[in-house]
Amino acid sequence: MVPTEYYLILSAILFAIGVVGVLIRRNVLIIFMSVEMMLNAVNLSFVALSRQFLDLNGQIFVLMAMIVAAAEVAVGLAIVMTVVRHKDTTNIEDVNLLRG
Amino acid sequence: MFLFIVFALIAIVAALGVILSHKPVYSALFLLMNFGTLAALYIMLQAQFLAAVQVIVYAGAIVVLILFVIMLIGGGELGSGDRRTRGTGDTATAVPASSGRRVALGWPRITAIVLAVLLLAGVGYGIITGQLYPAQGSAATFDAGSVQAIGSVLYTDYLLPFELASVLLLVAMIGAVVLARNE
Repeated sequence: MVPTEYYLILSAILFAIGVVGVLIRRNVLIIFMSVEMMLNAVNLSFVALSRQFLDLNGQIFVLMAMIVAAAEVAVGLAIVMTVVRHKDTTNIEDVNLLRG
Repeated sequence: MFLFIVFALIAIVAALGVILSHKPVYSALFLLMNFGTLAALYIMLQAQFLAAVQVIVYAGAIVVLILFVIMLIGGGELGSGDRRTRGTGDTATAVPASSGRRVALGWPRITAIVLAVLLLAGVGYGIITGQLYPAQGSAATFDAGSVQAIGSVLYTDYLLPFELASVLLLVAMIGAVVLARNE
């Protein structure tokens, strides 16, 4: 039986890698994938704590997070496609429509 | 414990591959490997249903959707997405990505092959030694990750969130269709 802390450490490492990916990359698709990775890291810690406390609510929460992630991916990729069609770039530095 | 270390290493290296590879296609495939590894970790945490959902929803649907979008908007020119920043003078943010790319000529394939073999070996070892099966018989068994337990909670205590989730998915689907429509 692997201790729960190890899962939490792994989850934190994966989350940190996702944050670094969002910060250093300028390609919108890779930023998107990094966000997905961060969502998964949080899911992992939910499942680990669900086993730790023998409580099913954590797994239900992960299920809901997955549903929201699926919706987010559908809408997010549609936005990415629209932006690429209008601006012809995937670099987020070039997308500054809302800059004041 | 050994199996956990193998899977954790694969997950971390695949995550690094997602953020360091310069082509989005490679990133998407590394992301797929990361999700698969997490599914194996869910099984080790006795959340079998979530492992299946992870494979079906994340590895099956989301990665395929990302790959479709990469295919539609052109995977080749996407590689210059980071390079163009350097030309416009904003070097502070572009340097880490580009220096990481220069070191990494051709490494995604080697890394991917090594990781895939490791993942296969890990899953095979887990199945042969029985570590990837849900623990049975012991008093400390947490048999709550099964489909039956999840379903009975989901359709009684969490019925309203469940129905709201279906509404959310419908709204997201309509929103995606409206946004991606070609006017």
